[in-house]
Amino acid sequence: MKKELICINCPQGCNLEVEFDKEKILSVEGNNCKMGLTYAEEEVFHPVRMVTTTAAVMNGFIKLLPVKTSCPIDKSLTPNIVKEISKIKAEAPIRLGDIIIKNVLNTGADILATRTVKKNV
Amino acid sequence: MKKKVDAVIIGAGPAGMAAAVSLRENGIKNILLVDREPVAGGILQQCIHNGFGVHHFKEELTGPEYAERYIEQINKNKIDLWLDSCVIDIENNSKNSKTVVILSKERGISYITAKVVVLAMGCRERNRGNINIPGRRPAGIMTAGTAQKLVNIYGYLPGREVVILGSGDIGLIMARRMTWEGANVKAVIELQSYPGGLNRNIVQCLNDFNIPLYLSHTISNILGNNRIEAVEVSPLDENFEAIKSESFTLKCDTLLLSVGLIPENELSIKIGVKLDPVTRGACVDKNLMTNIPGIFSCGNVLQVHDLVDFVSEEAKNCGASAAKYINGKLEKSEEIPIRKGNLIRYVLPGKIEKGKPALLSLRPINPAENLYLVITTDTGVELFKRKYKNIFPSVMLRINIDIVPDDAEFIEIKFEK
Ligand SMILES: Cc1cc2nc3c(=O)[nH]c(=O)nc-3n(C[C@H](O)[C@H](O)[C@H](O)COP(=O)(O)OP(=O)(O)OC[C@H]3O[C@@H](n4cnc5c(N)ncnc54)[C@H](O)[C@@H]3O)c2cc1C
Repeated sequence: MKKELICINCPQGCNLEVEFDKEKILSVEGNNCKMGLTYAEEEVFHPVRMVTTTAAVMNGFIKLLPVKTSCPIDKSLTPNIVKEISKIKAEAPIRLGDIIIKNVLNTGADILATRTVKKNV
Repeated sequence: MKKKVDAVIIGAGPAGMAAAVSLRENGIKNILLVDREPVAGGILQQCIHNGFGVHHFKEELTGPEYAERYIEQINKNKIDLWLDSCVIDIENNSKNSKTVVILSKERGISYITAKVVVLAMGCRERNRGNINIPGRRPAGIMTAGTAQKLVNIYGYLPGREVVILGSGDIGLIMARRMTWEGANVKAVIELQSYPGGLNRNIVQCLNDFNIPLYLSHTISNILGNNRIEAVEVSPLDENFEAIKSESFTLKCDTLLLSVGLIPENELSIKIGVKLDPVTRGACVDKNLMTNIPGIFSCGNVLQVHDLVDFVSEEAKNCGASAAKYINGKLEKSEEIPIRKGNLIRYVLPGKIEKGKPALLSLRPINPAENLYLVITTDTGVELFKRKYKNIFPSVMLRINIDIVPDDAEFIEIKFEK
């Protein structure tokens, strides 16, 4: 089978032409670096995405805490993960990198704070 | 309040923060960094998505993470930072004295005298008035960045049925963001025949959610009385005229505009800084100094950047030149102009110095494939040649020239086959 993909690993966005069968990638063309190969493999067999969203924060000097997944996760799960994070009420103070949810929905990824939030005094 | 400092930096976004740190690293003690927002970080605080810092920090960060790395450096270097403070005027007293007028709730009105001023005010989005969309004037029409602030900072979803005009990166990022928050994004409409944003954002923000992208289309009418109810979308002919006979309507309660950014140069214009009609930022020399000695410019207020990494780099250079100026050590050798050739929309700076290396930023006029970027002197010396598989107006190119020959009168930069 053949598929045209655009690599999303960096702003270059290479146009890839990927040939594959049921189990493996047969060839990749158009990539400018190695990341294109890994991307093609993942995108064909198990696409993954980073999730970045916000969670509510209590007693902080801001109302919303920006968060991200600690690594890219199964693409089909992204809406569920955003929903899961929207149920959270984090408590200030929070430091950048704090784990807000451990192993979210059994994906192996944690949800991390991407901003330090001081307590509102 | 009256106060004397060495340098005032206007805007504590990534540009202002990097310029401040660079001034300090180059030995300048008395620095004042000013921002009208309650926190430092500029636009980065609302850009919660990842995609920042790949070049500069060699890892992919979100906007707030990138901002925090610089805020830490500001704190560590004990740089005086005034927040909730808006600069309303700059006066040019002399070569080595400018007065910056600042309004804040905490301090009232302050007059700060400085040897140099660094302009780092960023840019703002073009709005409906800038592009003249016909139709009624209901609520529910806003820029994509405004929606981004509402969703990511204040926690309000501005609408449920969304159409986005313009395929710049902010619009694309907001298509995904609004979808994740439960809105139905119906379409992205783009005037040009190619997308304005990065390919990766087309994939992960539109294709992932099956959001259609209408290229060579525009919004030819806005319908609705109190709240926007629908937009009329029309394809465009070669002359960018709407083909009304083929138009269709899309129902929506929100229209987001992602139709470009304008450097925020009102303060600069007021004091007489000369602007470039293409970039709408200041005309600067290689030291990033404007036509007014002692006034420097960097970041999005100088030229709209797509990568914050380049903003930090530019601002670092700017801080270093400003420090030299304060110490009376900013030398200038003879300058020669850069001529724009085939496919070059702009190149910055407009002039470079003989016998010195130079760093150029440029953008092409339109997308193209398999071209060489060539830089030559009028005497026929080739200074640079590199092949590009693809070029896009949305991707700024940064070029280092080792040394500009002494006998050149001008250099020319162009794309060729
Ligand atoms: C929505 C969006 C998405 C982006 N996505 C990416 C991305 O994925 N990757 C990437 O690398 N880059 C991205 N960028 C680009 C990057 O964020 C910008 O290039 C960068 O933030 C510009 O920095 P700056 O300091 O010049 O301007 P800004 O961040 O805009 O900061 C300017 C500051 O000046 C202050 N100011 C202005 N006027 C005054 C005044 N009169 N008095 C006091 N203060 C004043 C403002 O309050 C503001 O804090 C994105 C930009 C936007 C808008």
